[in-house]
Amino acid sequence: MAQKPVDRGQEYVRIEGVTKRFGDFVAVDNVSLSVFKGEIFCLLGGSGCGKTTLLRMLAGFESPTAGRILIDGQDMAGIPPYDRPVNMMFQSYALFPHMTVEKNVAFGLEQEGLSKSEIAKRVSEMLDIVKLGEFARRKPHQLSGGQRQRVALARALVKRPKLLLLDEPLGALDKKLREHTQFELINLQEQLGVTFVVVTHDQEEAMTLATRIGVMNKGQIVQVGTPTDIYEFPNSRFVADFIGSVNMFDGQLIEDEPGHVRIRCNELESTVYVSHGISAPPEAKVAVAIRPEKIEMSRTAPISNENCAQGVVKEIAYMGDLSVYLVRLESGRMVRVTIPNVERHADERIVWDETVHLSWHPSSPVVLTI
Amino acid sequence: MNNRGWFRNGMLALGLAFLYIPILSMMFFSFNNSRLVTVWDAENSPTRRWYVRLLENDQLLGAAWISVQVAAMTATGAVILGTLAGLVLARFGPFRGRAFLSAMTTAPLVMPEIITGIAMLLLFVSLEQLVGWPEGRGMLTITIAHITFAMAYVTVVVQSRLAGFDEALEEAALDLGAKPATVFFRITLPLIVPALVSGWLLAFTLSWDDVVISQFVSGPGSSTLPMEIFSRVRRGVSPDINALATIMVLIVATGVVLSTLYMKREEKRRLREEQMARSGS
Amino acid sequence: MNRALATLHSLAGKRLVIGVPYVWLLLFFAIPFLIVFKISFSWMQPIQPGYAPLLAWVEETQRFVATLNFSNYQALLQDSLYLSTFLYSVKVAAISTIFCLLVGYPMAYAIARCAPSTRNLFLMLIILPFWTSFLLRVYAWIGLLKTNGVINNTLLALGVIDEPLTLLYTDFAVYIGIVYSYLPFMILPLYSNLEKHDLTLLEAASDLGASPMKAFFKVTLPLSMPGIVAGCLLVFIPAVGEFVIPSLLGRTDQLMIGTVLSAQFFGARNWPVASAVAIVLLLMLLLPILLFQRYQRRELEAAKR
Repeated sequence: MAQKPVDRGQEYVRIEGVTKRFGDFVAVDNVSLSVFKGEIFCLLGGSGCGKTTLLRMLAGFESPTAGRILIDGQDMAGIPPYDRPVNMMFQSYALFPHMTVEKNVAFGLEQEGLSKSEIAKRVSEMLDIVKLGEFARRKPHQLSGGQRQRVALARALVKRPKLLLLDEPLGALDKKLREHTQFELINLQEQLGVTFVVVTHDQEEAMTLATRIGVMNKGQIVQVGTPTDIYEFPNSRFVADFIGSVNMFDGQLIEDEPGHVRIRCNELESTVYVSHGISAPPEAKVAVAIRPEKIEMSRTAPISNENCAQGVVKEIAYMGDLSVYLVRLESGRMVRVTIPNVERHADERIVWDETVHLSWHPSSPVVLTI
Repeated sequence: MNNRGWFRNGMLALGLAFLYIPILSMMFFSFNNSRLVTVWDAENSPTRRWYVRLLENDQLLGAAWISVQVAAMTATGAVILGTLAGLVLARFGPFRGRAFLSAMTTAPLVMPEIITGIAMLLLFVSLEQLVGWPEGRGMLTITIAHITFAMAYVTVVVQSRLAGFDEALEEAALDLGAKPATVFFRITLPLIVPALVSGWLLAFTLSWDDVVISQFVSGPGSSTLPMEIFSRVRRGVSPDINALATIMVLIVATGVVLSTLYMKREEKRRLREEQMARSGS
Repeated sequence: MNRALATLHSLAGKRLVIGVPYVWLLLFFAIPFLIVFKISFSWMQPIQPGYAPLLAWVEETQRFVATLNFSNYQALLQDSLYLSTFLYSVKVAAISTIFCLLVGYPMAYAIARCAPSTRNLFLMLIILPFWTSFLLRVYAWIGLLKTNGVINNTLLALGVIDEPLTLLYTDFAVYIGIVYSYLPFMILPLYSNLEKHDLTLLEAASDLGASPMKAFFKVTLPLSMPGIVAGCLLVFIPAVGEFVIPSLLGRTDQLMIGTVLSAQFFGARNWPVASAVAIVLLLMLLLPILLFQRYQRRELEAAKR
C-alpha cells in the first residue's frame, strides 16, 4: 500500500503523558501521542507492551493513573464508555451470542433511541456495505470467522463513530482471509472517513494498514512514523530488531563528518562508511544495522575495501519468492542475506560452502546510538 | 489396556448399582402388601394400598404443601440474592470487603447444617428479643434460613457461568452506548438464564430436602415434609414412606431426564449449525 | 444526562448491587455465629430465651456488670463424653471419606475416559439420586440393612448365612450411609479435574517407557490432587457434623457430635453448652473450610482463562 499523505492539521486524539499502573506493574508509561483525523494509526508491539491497555483507556474501560486523553478536544476523564464518541471492535469480536446478526448491529442504535424504521434502514445499509445482507437472521455461531469479523465491524461502524478502535482486528482469521480483509478494511475506512486506531502485534498487518505506526515497548512509545520511516529509519536497536530482520553490528565511531561517518566493528574486517551524518559524541559506541535484502552477495570481490565482508555460506533456506542465506564471516559472526529468486532455473545460484563476498551501499546501514 | 477398560467399566457398573439398588428396592417394596415392608407378601402383592393411604394422610399432604411453598420462595429469593452476589464477585473487580463476601458465599457449601441451624435459631431468638421480629418461628424463618444457605449454591453456579463467558460482551454493550443497567438486563441476564434455571431448581431441591436446619428454625404448625418423614422413619420403616419415596423419585427422574434430553438436542443442533458455518455457507 | 450525576447514579447502583447480598449474608450468616459465640459464654436459664444476658444492670451498684461464663467450655474438656464424641465423629467422617474416595475415584475416572457422548449420560446418572430426597435415600438403607431386611433375606435365601447379620445401627451402616449420600460430591470435582487432563501426557509417559500402572501413579494421580482434595473436603466437613445419618443408621451407645448437639439443644435445652459445642466444632473445621475456599477460588480463576 502506498502511503497516503496525512493531514497533520487536524489532530483528533491527543494523549498527554498518560500512565496506567496495575498495582506495582506499569502497563503504560508516560505516553504522549497525537492521532490525526482520517488516519489509520497502528499501535504495534509484543504482548504485554501496553498497547491494549492504551486502547482500553481510549474506549473508557480503564482510566489513566496519570495524564489525560482528549478526543476531538474534549477531556475524556470521568466519561464512561457509553458516553464516548468512540466505538471498538474487540479481538474476540464479542458478538452477542443470543442475538441475530441484525439485532447485534441494531443494538447500538437502539441505545441512541432512534425510531424503529430509522434503525432498520441503517442496519440494512450497513449490512449491505459489509456484504452480509443475506445473513441478517443468523446467529453468530452460524457464521464463519470472516463473517463474524464483518458483523463486529458493522456493529461498531453503524453508530457512525468518529473514531474506531480495533483490537487485533485480523488476529482470528487465517492467512489468506487476512490479506483480503486488510484491503477491505482500508477501503471501508476511506469510504466512511472514520479515524482508526488499530492495535496489533503483527508487523505485516501494521505495515499494510497504517498511515502511521507507533511502536510500543514496555509501556512506552519508542517510535512513531510512517511504515517506511519505521522500517528504513529505525531510531533504536529495539525498533530495528523488532520490525523485520536485521544484521546488527556493535562498533565504534572513528570518523564523524556532517556528510558521512566511519565506523569500525570488531566482527567486520573492513570499516563501515555511511553516507549520512549522525549526532553522537566522538568515539561513541554505536550499532550498525543492515537489512538482509540490502546486502549484495557475489562470487567476485568488490572493488572498494569498505562496506564489504567475506564469508562462507552455511545455510540456505528456500522460501519461494526469495532465499535466505546465512553466511559465516571469518570472525565467526553469521550474517543473514536475502536474495530474490528472479530466475526460475537455479544453475547459477550460490550453494552451500561456497566462499562469497558481501557488500552494501553506503546509504544502506543505519547507525543507532540507543 | 483392554484389561483396564474392563476394570474401569466394572467399577462404574458396581458404583451405579450401589447408587441405584437402594432406591429401586425402596420403590419395589412400596407395592408390597406386608407391613413388614421388606418381607414380600406374595399372595396380596402388588398392591396400591399404601398409595391410597398416602393420599388420605392429611398431615403428610399438609407438610408437603408447606414444603412446596417454602421451597418456591427459597428458590426465588436465593436466585435473586445469589445472582447479585455472583455478579458482584465475577464482574465488579476488587472492592473493600470482597474477600469477606466471597468467604460468606462459599462457607455455607460445606458448613455442617447443624451449626447453621443453631446459629440461625439463636439469631431469630435474639432478634425477637431485641426488635420483636420475627414473631415466633414458622414458614418465614424457615424460608430465610433456607435462602441463606441455598443462595451460596446459586452464587457458585452464576459465578462460574459468568467466568465462562467473555467479559468483552458486556464491554461491547457499554461501548455501543448501553448504560450498565441496560447491559445487565439485555446482555448479562439472557446469557446466564441457563444458570438461573439450574440455580432455581437446585435451591428448590435443597430447601425441599432440608431437615436439619428446618428443625431448628420451624415453629409449631410449620412442619415441613422432610421433618414429618424424619419423625416417622426414626421409628423404623413404614410402607407409606416407600410409596411417597417412589412418587418423589419418579417426578424428579422424569424432570431430570427430560431436561437432559432437551439440552442434548439443543447442543446437537448447535454443533450442526457451527459445522455448517465453518464449511462456509 | 449530566455527567457528574451519571457517575453518581452508577456508583449508587453499584453500591446497591453489592450491598443487598452483603447485608443479607452479614445479618443471616455472619452475625448468627457471633451470637452463638456470645451465648457459649452465658448461663443456662430456665425461662425464655433460655440463656442469661452477658450484660446485666445491677440495681445496687447502678452499673452494668458483664459476666463471662467459661464453665461451658470447661465442661467440654472435663466430660470425657464430649471428647470421645468429637474423636468418634472425626473418625467416622475420615473413614467414610476414604471409602468415598475409593469408590468415587474409579467411577470419576471411568466417566472421564469414556466417549464424550456417553459422559453426560453417566454424569446424569450420578447426579440424579442427588436430586431425590436425601432423607429418603438414607431411609432406603434401613430397609436393606435391618435384621429382616433385603440383604439378610437374600443371604439367608441363598444359604450363605444361617442367622441374620447385625448390619443396622453399626459403624458400618453409618459409613455406608455417608458414602452413599455424599458420593456425588466426591465424584463431581474429581470428574471435572480428570476430564481436563491432556491424554497425550499418558502417551508421552508410555512413549518414555512407563507401564500404564506407572503412568497412572506418576502422571494422572498427582495431577488429580486438587480434585481429590476438593472432593474429600466436600465429604469430610459436612460428615463430621452429620446428624440425620447417624440418628437413622448409627449406634445408640456411641453418639456423633451432631446428635449430642441436637440432644443438648432440644432435649436438655442447654443452649449455652450446645453453643460451646458448636463453636468447638466450628473451630475444628475452620482449617478444612479455609482450604476448601482456597480451592474454590482457584477453580473460578481457572474458569476465567
